[in-house]
Amino acid sequence: MILLLGSLTMGLILSLLAFGVLVTFRVLAFRDLTVDGSVALGGAVAAALLVRGTHPLVATAGAFVAGALAGTVTGVLHTRCKINGLLAGILVMTALYSVNLHVLSKSNVPLDPEAIPTLMSYAGSASQMTDLFGWEVPTRELIVLVAAAIGVAMVGFALHCFFQTQWGLALRATGDNDQVIRALGADVGWMQTGGLALSNGLIALGGGLVVQYQGFADVQMGIGMVVWGLASVIIGDSLVGTKQLGWLLCGAVMGSVLFRLMVALALRGGLNPNDLKLVTATFVFVALVLPDVWKWWMSRRAVRNVA
Amino acid sequence: MLELKNAYKTFYAGTANEVRALRGVDLRIAEGEFVIVIGTNGSGKSTLLNAVAGTFYLDDGEISLAEHDVTAWPEHRRAQLIGRVFQNPFHGTAPSLTILENLVLALRRGQSRGLGWAIPKDARDQLRERVRLMGLNLEDRLDTPIGSLSGGQRQSLTLLMATLVQPKLLLLDEHTAALDPKSADQVIRLTERVIKQDRLTTMMVTHSMQQAAHLGDRLVMMSGGQVVCDIRGDEKKHLRPEDLLARFEEIRRSDLLDESAAEMLAEMYV
Ligand SMILES: Nc1ncnc2c1ncn2[C@@H]1O[C@H](COP(=O)(O)OP(=O)(O)OP(=O)(O)O)[C@@H](O)[C@H]1O
Ligand SMILES: [Mg+2]
Repeated sequence: MILLLGSLTMGLILSLLAFGVLVTFRVLAFRDLTVDGSVALGGAVAAALLVRGTHPLVATAGAFVAGALAGTVTGVLHTRCKINGLLAGILVMTALYSVNLHVLSKSNVPLDPEAIPTLMSYAGSASQMTDLFGWEVPTRELIVLVAAAIGVAMVGFALHCFFQTQWGLALRATGDNDQVIRALGADVGWMQTGGLALSNGLIALGGGLVVQYQGFADVQMGIGMVVWGLASVIIGDSLVGTKQLGWLLCGAVMGSVLFRLMVALALRGGLNPNDLKLVTATFVFVALVLPDVWKWWMSRRAVRNVA
Repeated sequence: MLELKNAYKTFYAGTANEVRALRGVDLRIAEGEFVIVIGTNGSGKSTLLNAVAGTFYLDDGEISLAEHDVTAWPEHRRAQLIGRVFQNPFHGTAPSLTILENLVLALRRGQSRGLGWAIPKDARDQLRERVRLMGLNLEDRLDTPIGSLSGGQRQSLTLLMATLVQPKLLLLDEHTAALDPKSADQVIRLTERVIKQDRLTTMMVTHSMQQAAHLGDRLVMMSGGQVVCDIRGDEKKHLRPEDLLARFEEIRRSDLLDESAAEMLAEMYV
């Protein structure tokens, strides 16, 4: 039961990562690889601020701002310095590894909610238990789960509203057909940079929350996160089966939670944790390739039926 | 209104593929003038329009538009003065956005985009009326993604988007070339109406003799990156396809157009 609660909460928190990936990969049609760096950056900045006694809400906001800055750098590298988008992301991600080490000043920083105030500290102590349909579960876990659900719903709703604003609509049009948006008087470069800032801000916010939830920050925590985010978005897409942005946002949350549950189950079922990233990557590969293979196979069958 | 002074543009300068697409174009267009641009493939018509729109910067020369020196303005900044329709119906609209969303995007051409609602309350009715006036029967499908419409419908909507906020200059680059004859005809009639109604200053590139002879109040012919012929006033009004052919011949004799180009023109337009 605790395992279930834990993966639900983690899935919800990481839907912020899925939102971020959705903004770049789906809305802007930009393959942003800054992700791994900005997850860890968010975690590092939040942890560093918390350790110094900053208010947890301020520290969490700090994670968002740091991520937005990282996204801006990727955007400027791509749009002003004309570096290929993939490469711009990789450059920033690589550079961020050193930045994160500096921010954290060591590779792993513990964040015990009993010792330093974090968002977890608001949820009470770890020892209190509650009865949930006959299971004994820590009260804190329940509170955090509910808070995460509310928080993610609010961020998702805010994003949905944002995409209905003039700026948000222009952002969507940029990913759809940048020629149009240029002819209608918007600077595509700034649009992309703004989108990248928003996306990486959300991703770093996720990182900042993850470190508080799991109780430590680690410079390695970002590795493979872009694939995890993609996996969530892909699962979400197939769950909602529409291209409407509001639904895609819902899908991203569902995808993220479902993905977490699957990972937890697989690990419990005896999957070697070392193989986790290999399995995830394979999954994303299959999910990306399968629709094409399926189409190809169906068309071949159709041809054979005619013949 | 629009003035190009000594405009030069060379692509791939200094390589074996060097193309001198504009070679000293001087052109003045008065307010409210409707200029037809013709010429052979590769004569620089699109390059001329792109240079005005700011798709790239000139190598040399100046462009001024509506009292502004726009030579150094980037494309998105010039867009506050210019409405455009492209040859490819896919270029002018954002396919996964709805008709209404595309139109409200166009409604803010040349203005800043902030965090206000993209679709203000009264915009829907207002835009619905504009679509109805186009006579496309699309006014009840405002929430359909534009990508699901036909090329002709998309091109008509692009025209509406380009003129929704009245532009100082309308640029049409073979905007009916990719359409079937019936849709092309419809889009041309719409174009004529919109231009007349708002007295829009317009440059329209075409390969159709019909359109060249019957539309516009001035005709400019490009060849080899230069304006080689400029017909206006009464002469344009009474211009018949045969007259145009005679002009081609004349230009060929004066060596401004080489033989193959003249043949190509004759073939293309007759
Ligand atoms: N962006 C570009 N990059 C490189 N070369 C270009 C570019 N745009 C145009 N050219 C070249 O400049 C020359 C003039 O092209 P342009 O498109 O202006 O011709 P056009 O008169 O519009 O012809 P068409 O009737 O085929 O549309 C051509 O040789 C073309 O290959
Ligand atoms: Mg052309």
